[in-house]
Amino acid sequence: MIKNLSLAIALTGATMSLHAAPLGLPPVPIPADNPQTPEKIALGNKLFHEKRISADGKVSCSTCHEESMGFTDHKRVSEGFNKQHGTRNAPTVINSAYMQTLFLDGREPDLEGQSTQPPVNPVEGGLPDHEAELKIIRADPDYVKAFKAVFGVDREHITMKEVSKAIASFERTVVAGDSPFDRYYYGGEKDAMNAAQVRGLKVFLEQGRCVSCHRIEQTQALFMDNRFHNIGIGFKRIRGKEAETAAAFLKSKHGGADVDHTVLTNENMSEVGRFAVTENLTQVGAFKTSTLRNVELTQPYMHDGSLKTLKDVVDFYNNGGRLKDTDPVSPFLSGGIRPLDLSDEQKQDLVAFLKALTSPSMAKLASKKGGNTP
Amino acid sequence: MSKIDRREFLKRSGALLAAGSLPLTLVDVAFGKASTDDFTFAYISDSHLTHLKGKQFVRNWDRGLIRAVAEANLMDPRPDFFFYGGDIAQLGKPEEIDHGLEILGALRGNVHYVMGEHDYYLDLGEHWRKRLGPDHYSFDHKGVHFVVLNSIKTFDDWTYNKWPSAAERMHQMARLDNPQGSPFMVGDKQRAWLKDDLDKVSKDTPLVVMSHSPLQKIYKGWNFWTDDAEQIQALLKPFRKVNVLYGHVHQIQTNQIGNISFNAAMATSWPWPYPATYKQQASYMPKLTVNMNRADPFFERDATGWQFINMHTGRVDVNYRLPGNQNRVVAWDDKAGHPDDTQFQDAADRIPPQTHY
Repeated sequence: MIKNLSLAIALTGATMSLHAAPLGLPPVPIPADNPQTPEKIALGNKLFHEKRISADGKVSCSTCHEESMGFTDHKRVSEGFNKQHGTRNAPTVINSAYMQTLFLDGREPDLEGQSTQPPVNPVEGGLPDHEAELKIIRADPDYVKAFKAVFGVDREHITMKEVSKAIASFERTVVAGDSPFDRYYYGGEKDAMNAAQVRGLKVFLEQGRCVSCHRIEQTQALFMDNRFHNIGIGFKRIRGKEAETAAAFLKSKHGGADVDHTVLTNENMSEVGRFAVTENLTQVGAFKTSTLRNVELTQPYMHDGSLKTLKDVVDFYNNGGRLKDTDPVSPFLSGGIRPLDLSDEQKQDLVAFLKALTSPSMAKLASKKGGNTP
Repeated sequence: MSKIDRREFLKRSGALLAAGSLPLTLVDVAFGKASTDDFTFAYISDSHLTHLKGKQFVRNWDRGLIRAVAEANLMDPRPDFFFYGGDIAQLGKPEEIDHGLEILGALRGNVHYVMGEHDYYLDLGEHWRKRLGPDHYSFDHKGVHFVVLNSIKTFDDWTYNKWPSAAERMHQMARLDNPQGSPFMVGDKQRAWLKDDLDKVSKDTPLVVMSHSPLQKIYKGWNFWTDDAEQIQALLKPFRKVNVLYGHVHQIQTNQIGNISFNAAMATSWPWPYPATYKQQASYMPKLTVNMNRADPFFERDATGWQFINMHTGRVDVNYRLPGNQNRVVAWDDKAGHPDDTQFQDAADRIPPQTHY
């Protein structure tokens, strides 16, 4: 735990202060009702790594969001308590502070809300309810002391509100820019990217059409658009059964089923995507645009973890949202997705460029903890 | 970076949005006679499928129709039936019409078709009628009288004598701002049929009139126009509740002329700009229209879409489903006596357009 605490401080110190953002990133938005303090961040860090908050005492946030793996787990879909599987690939925590919605279907508006769900999901933390989670925390004198110091609450008044605020505060320190791309594009270092990466940036901005969703702005780049798109992933699973799946999902939701539980335990219903939240017919199979920063460290890819390498991802987009150019196209496909006709060289350059988005701080964590850099 | 606050977030993503997106009839005012039931039908229009060669068609327009069909099939409960509002084809080719009917064949329910000028001016609707039957007809459904008109005919001289070939005639009618063009009309013969048809209907019966071109005059240069609109409106005037739905304009338009409500359908293919933005000539854009914002050209489906119609107490609420954009609902406002955009009607509630330089 001490090691983890030092990580938080290292991240806080090295990659952000409370006001200045790393090169290529805007200032981190901090909610008015949850200001950052070093003590709160340290408490959040401890909770983030707390394995006891799970049914078998083996699953913490960091189980699926491991800092040596770009704050993911390198699994196709995440593994919860008793080795149970969910339906979705763990998204990175890095730069999640900038997201306007959380989870791949955006079912929570902020980091505070996000962190409350996994511990009580039946295939993740597996705890029966939040009371069980609070009971574990309240039983630990160190936590009681820390909550008193940070929030001024006594043991019996520790609620999910304080727990989630602390975890969110820690996550807002997991911010990383300063990549070779940032130094090239915003820092004026013309040799920060190699020739292939510079060519890859051109593909990214032009023929590859990547930048329309993975955005680069004039002074900063989040490489996401905070929107939801159906890009063809997962379409095969519910092909021809979309209407039945959507209807069954709505029936279950309107019957009182928890969306978080349903989408992570039912593989077909998981594929309705953003529709699960909005019930908007135009958002079936739409998932949130992921950031591309540090994407080199977060394989496998896509919401269902179905693509293993960045090359696979580039091929998928090049085929217009298909693995092979002979595969059928999803009827719900976003209007932004179409065949790109990239050459092999252009595809290689694009992959090279994506590797220029790795932040030194995250690469260092990856190499230190056992070398997960591909 | 603007962060959505939690209450707003839940509002947007929860119950309110659900209510706006599902074909539930929210307004349930008792109607004079127990003759009409509330019901829902879906309405898809203007796909402009374009044949290239062999089995190849323009991808973008194909995707628009395929997506609209797939989304409409998700409606739960299902609509009573579907309308297709015209312009399946781009240049009236049998290949285009057949290709469109194959895609539309996936709709899970009965489909009623309206003739568009792009379906008509190559073979004067012969292949269309062979596949789909008459181009003007009427039927009754749950106490509402539906009338379908072929509103895209024009002067006989233009149609039969002016052009060296059928293909040339089709190309001429497909152009905008064409000095050699000719205005659309329903024509004497069909108006006589309409009069006969309506004579048999009680004036209390709600009417829904489906046409391709607007049965009102908006902008002649683009044929947002039906030349005998006033004469048709006169035939509709004696009825208490009249709803005209039309395609052709590829944009949201809303109007009320006396007892007649007008609503336009979105296209599945591409959006047109509003004629009001085209300054050289006068246009009569209905004042009630809340303009769509400019489309993002990256997302080919932006500013396209389809709609479903909730019929309640003989009035029409149009629920526009707009992929990649915010859905809109233009609903009958009983107090105001005309349709209103339920969210954006007041100028203060609108999303400011981009500034163009």
